Amino acid sequence: MTRTERKELRKGLGFTGLWIIGLAAFTAYPVVASLYYSFCDYSILKSPVWCGIENYQQLVQDGLFWKSLRNTLFYAGLSVPLGTVVALGLAVLLNCDVRGKSAFRLLFFMPSIVPVVASAMLWLWIFNGEYGLMNGVLNPILAPFGLHGPAWLADPTWSKPALVIMSLWGTGNAMVIYLAGLQNVPAELYEAAEIDGANAWQRFVHVTLPAIAPVVAFNAIMALIGAMQLFAQAYIMSEGANGNGNASDGNPARSTLFYTIYLFSTAFQDLRMGYASAMAYILFIITAGLTWLAARFARGRYEDAL
Amino acid sequence: MTPGRRSRTSRVVVVTLLFLFSAAFLAPFVWLISTSLKPIEQTLSLPVTIIPRAYYASIGGQRVEVTLDFQVTQTGAVARVLDGDDKGRQLFVDDAQLAANPLHFAVIHAVPAGSWHVSQRFDHELGEMGPAPAWDIVPRAQIESKVKFRWSNYPRALASLGGGEQTGRKRVDFWTYLGNSLTVAVLGVIGTVISNAIIAYGFARLKWRGRDAFFAVTLATMMVPFPVLMVPLYGVFRAFGMIGTLLPLWLPAWFGSAFNIFLMRQFFRTIPEELSEAARIDGCSEWRIFWRIIIPLSTPVLVVVALFHFIFVWNDFLAPLLYLTRKDTYTLALALQSYESQNGGVQWHYLMAASAVTILPVIVLFLFAQKTFIRGIATTGSKS
Repeated sequence: MTRTERKELRKGLGFTGLWIIGLAAFTAYPVVASLYYSFCDYSILKSPVWCGIENYQQLVQDGLFWKSLRNTLFYAGLSVPLGTVVALGLAVLLNCDVRGKSAFRLLFFMPSIVPVVASAMLWLWIFNGEYGLMNGVLNPILAPFGLHGPAWLADPTWSKPALVIMSLWGTGNAMVIYLAGLQNVPAELYEAAEIDGANAWQRFVHVTLPAIAPVVAFNAIMALIGAMQLFAQAYIMSEGANGNGNASDGNPARSTLFYTIYLFSTAFQDLRMGYASAMAYILFIITAGLTWLAARFARGRYEDAL
Repeated sequence: MTPGRRSRTSRVVVVTLLFLFSAAFLAPFVWLISTSLKPIEQTLSLPVTIIPRAYYASIGGQRVEVTLDFQVTQTGAVARVLDGDDKGRQLFVDDAQLAANPLHFAVIHAVPAGSWHVSQRFDHELGEMGPAPAWDIVPRAQIESKVKFRWSNYPRALASLGGGEQTGRKRVDFWTYLGNSLTVAVLGVIGTVISNAIIAYGFARLKWRGRDAFFAVTLATMMVPFPVLMVPLYGVFRAFGMIGTLLPLWLPAWFGSAFNIFLMRQFFRTIPEELSEAARIDGCSEWRIFWRIIIPLSTPVLVVVALFHFIFVWNDFLAPLLYLTRKDTYTLALALQSYESQNGGVQWHYLMAASAVTILPVIVLFLFAQKTFIRGIATTGSKS
């Protein structure tokens, strides 16, 4: 290394010094420690004791672990595709030349910045089986068929769909991204398609979709990663709707015991931090796989950045 | 079909759909505000109503505000009992009872079918609870209703949010929580903007060995889920005695974060290199170039990062839940959840008022900076 090179290195490390500390303390160390703990019997009160793959062996046989994984996949499997369709639909509508576009965009986006605790309270009340808005609207429609709205968050069948409906309210973020993607589709493509006699639907399928497919795929996978970590809404609303009992029980009937909720209660209520770390690493591996997929779809995005 | 007509029909479809979606997206906000301005009995009555009201009727010759208790389906009379254990009591008797014991009751007035049982409304929260509120049964037509917003729900909700609890010498109330949230947000925003700008400069405008590899590692850390870090991070903060304080919520912001480094680096790279070169030839240090040339040109990205961080911190629930142990350190979000879990789902009007207050700062901030905001999100494409 020459003198100038060394000088440049010093400057570079000087500017990024804070991040070197931050990365080491708040990411690198926890990632490594978490892996180590996952092979240990560990509560925060005593130092970790190595126990090999015991935690992982127990996990495979743990009914609640599988339950929480199934719940999470069910939620993600519904909320991500529906959310993508709604966000894309809204973006396509807003991409049309209509008056008051920015007001609509504002309205659709706003819910996505509402604090999660506040929106959990709000939807807890909307989904109240007796006096809530949802059944207040549904019951008059269902009454002629002799039906009435479910108890939503207090009903094991409807608790997850309720959370999915709530998640659709927050799709504004993805909508903004898709809208930006749509505006980048060259106008000539549409003109050419129109000259060839394509109708609106054909133009959407053959021009719009292929053009924004990478953005949609990338964001859908990001949404999937987010959905796998669902915590706050479920934690707050499960307890709020089912009263007495622990917020981490996943009431009713463990139908809202999601992966991160089970992990949280294992770590911080049962103080089984080794076991929780093993759960965390399994989540890490799933997430890493998904990220790899997202990166494939977004190829070029980060490469541009480098 | 002519092109003009086709585009008109499709425009009608688009506008109709937009209005339908708007109604669906707006409804929860309307419900939030509506509930927060209702008296408690109107939140717990059917059918569901949206407009908060006040009802007035005459009870014993006095016009008072009343609550609508229930609808009386039979016809009969409001009467006074003349003998027996209930002597002197006023009650409702239906036609059959009255016909069977005509001498037992002194009829005050007849009750036509479909009348409403109303009671004088007391402000329970003010401790105006009488032993037994005056009541009567009156036809719907004699009940006057007016739109009335109970703004008093707001101060009362905020007062009950604190629970009036005393911790040491400090009274824990709404202002404590607001102060905590603001402390975390302000210290965090300052730290985020300063630290990430400095770090991003090192990645964007300097050439040094290992830079690109280090940046790739930085990007890779974005995919680590928070639950993976949760347990060891708790251990780190515990070792430094920071559990139960606000430090774990804002201190890490002073050491950079991958996403913000990425965002700022992208922006810094768009600033022409010639500006830096010229300054270097004039003998400027890198620090001076960063501070005097790059920062003044980077306001948009600094604002975006500050806004994102403010909203992230204001909305965060998991980290406060993990690290905060005493009520006097709770942030507003955590206090709201703790209030709900302690008081159960009854006082919905207060809960909605408190939620509205929690939402207000982010909405106001967003309305002021919406252009910057939406542009920021659109360019990142990956902020969740």
